[in-house]
Order: sequence, then structure tokens, then C-alpha cells
Amino acid sequence: MDAKINTKSSEDIRSILETVTDPEVPVLSVIDLGIVRDVKMNDDEVEVIITPTYSGCPAMDVISMNIRLALISHGYKNVNVKQVLSPAWTTDWMSEEGKQKLIDYGIAPPNPKQQVCHTDLFAPHEAVQCPHCNSYHTQRISEFGSTACKALYQCDDCKEPFDYFKCH
Amino acid sequence: MTDQSTNQLINYILHLADNALILGHRNSEWCGHGPVLEQDIAITNISLDLIGQARNFYQYAATLIGNDSNEDKLAYLRDVREFKNCLLVEQPNGHWAQTILRQFFFSAYQYYLYRQLEQSKDEQLAAIAVKSLKEVTYHLRWSSEWVIRLGDGTEESHARIAKAVENLWPYTGELFIAADYENEMGIDLKSIKEKWVLKVHGIFSEALLIVPKEQWMHTGGKTGSHTEHLGFILAELQFMQRAYPNMEW
Repeated sequence: MDAKINTKSSEDIRSILETVTDPEVPVLSVIDLGIVRDVKMNDDEVEVIITPTYSGCPAMDVISMNIRLALISHGYKNVNVKQVLSPAWTTDWMSEEGKQKLIDYGIAPPNPKQQVCHTDLFAPHEAVQCPHCNSYHTQRISEFGSTACKALYQCDDCKEPFDYFKCH
Repeated sequence: MTDQSTNQLINYILHLADNALILGHRNSEWCGHGPVLEQDIAITNISLDLIGQARNFYQYAATLIGNDSNEDKLAYLRDVREFKNCLLVEQPNGHWAQTILRQFFFSAYQYYLYRQLEQSKDEQLAAIAVKSLKEVTYHLRWSSEWVIRLGDGTEESHARIAKAVENLWPYTGELFIAADYENEMGIDLKSIKEKWVLKVHGIFSEALLIVPKEQWMHTGGKTGSHTEHLGFILAELQFMQRAYPNMEW
């Protein structure tokens, strides 16, 4: 095992990272989320640089640990996971594949265009497509949802409530 | 950097961290007690954002302090007099209107402050500000809407938030009076105050609330002279580390 490590490329590491998922949205890998910013390899050391989604995202520590465990279980011994804040994460970094996985899981993915980072009051709610029946006839129930990254919506057609992974 | 200016930078970062931690802790007291489920979730999500910001600041301060300093020691093992948060954030939750108004006053201040910090020459402070500003934008919008909803709501909601204005106003002046360590950071508190006052006037006029006249303001929090409330907060926040030093879970 040891002998092979040096021949492994950062692509191999990325493929391992594809198996590490967000504990709060388990269909998304850390690659889908766009939080892996860089992978560096020096001799036998692997450094994975990640960035948090929200400042207070409680999943970050678990994600860091899971990245370490995944790499160690693939034979990497010297693994260092580093968190950086800049540049700040944005939902624009989420992969298209990740967005499709969210829909399949019943969560509406972030809209392609940033619509919410302003202080205008009582603005019309973002038009969000229902992940169950594809209707745009939906309404926001709460700006804050089950986790910091989500808002709570309900579909007026199929009546199902759903999470919306809000733009950030 | 000289030792003196490093110390001032550390003090400034701790001030930013303590503001976020103490308001985050106060808001977290609502967990499970919000007036309706969605707003309970909203206020606790705001808590989470603030505590996350506090962690980022404490971690940065710890790297500057060096030795074996870390975020946990800074949050759990400093005493009241070492905390540098402003008095506003430690004020009790009271009723919903009081909590909302405290959040609005603070978020408006934090919003304009972080917009300046984004331009800071200190790269890590700028990075934390950029990261936090999106969250604070949400907090400001949410709390502004609630101030208007309550002020321009029922007779009772109006009376309650008007009372909250009376209670909290004397704690707002301190936000704009610079402590020593703020003077060196290139932050223009005067311009933040102008924007903050404009914001408050705008929201209050929609909320049918009256902006209080110039009056005497409480100060001292930024340099460690706190109201009696902070000790009780720390007693709860720090109990575990004080009773069982170095415990982890």
C-alpha cells in the first residue's frame, strides 16, 4: 500500500472525496457542494483545503473528520484538512450534478441567479420550483429552515412542503 | 507589527468575537420557546450564524496570541472583566419585541461595520467580514421586517415594542463610541453611525415608532465594565469548563 501512495494523483484523492458526504444533506458529496477548494500533495502528506458554507455550519467539523477518515482508510497516513474562509463559499460552486441530486432527494436546488442578498423588505419571495411536481406555484413559509443553508417552502399545487437550498 | 499594535488587534478581534458570542448565546435561549415554530427556527439559525462568526474571530485571535491559546479557552475561560462585548448584546431577551429590537439595532450596526471591515488591510478580518456579511444581510432584513410588523401591528404589539425602544435605546450609543483598540483599526464609526441612524429612522417611520431624543447613554462594555447580566450568561456558558476543566465531548 505504502509504495503506491506516491503514484496516486490528486485525481485519485478527488475520487475518494466524492464518497464523503454532507451529514446534513447526505446525497451531496463535498465535491458536489463545492467546498473542496484545493488538494495538495507533498511527499507523503496530503492537504485538503475546504471552506465552510455558513460561518456556523455545525457539519464542518464532522466533514473534516470524515475526509480524514476516508483518506486514511485508503492508505494515506499523513492527512491534513485545513479550513479557509476566503474566497467565501457561494452556491454558484455547487455542481450541476449536485443540483440534480438535490432535486431527486426532494430539496429544491439554489436558483441560478443570486436573488436574496439585499436588504429590501417584504420583497416578493423567490420563485422556486417544487422538486416534487415541478410547479412554480410555491410559497415561502420560512426564510430559515431545518439547517442554516435552507429555507422552508410549500407547493400550492401538490401541497407538499419542501426545503429550498437557498442562494448564498 | 509592534507588540502594542498586535495587542490592540487582538483586543479588537476579541471585541468582535464577544459581541457575536454573547448575542448568539442570548438568542439561543429562545430555542424551543419561539412564538411560532418558523420564528423559533429563525432566531436559533441567527444564533448559529453569530456563534460561527464568533468562532472564526476567536480562532484568529488564538493564532495571534500564540502559546496554547485556542477558541475554547477564549470563550470558556475568560472572566466578565475580560469580555469586550457592548452592553446591548448582553441585555435580557425580555419578550419577543425586545429580542427583535435588540437584533435589529445590532444587525444594522454589524451590517455597516462589516461592510467597512471587508476593505480591511488585515486579510483575515476582511475574509471573516465577507463571509459573515451575507448572513448579517439576512438578519437585518428579517429583524427589520419584524420591527415593522410589531410596530405597525396590534395595539399590544405596538405598546410592547415601544417599551422595548425605551429599554434598549440607552445601550445603542456605546456602539459608536470607540474604545482604544478600535481607534487603531481604521474603522470610521462616525460614518457607520450616520448610516445606522438613517436606517433606524427609516424602519421606525414604517413601524410607526418614535426615535428617542438625544439622551445619556450607558458605556463600559467594550472595556470590561458590564451590566450584571453578563455574569449570569457566563455562569451558564462556562459552567462545564469551570466544573470539569478540559472536558471534551
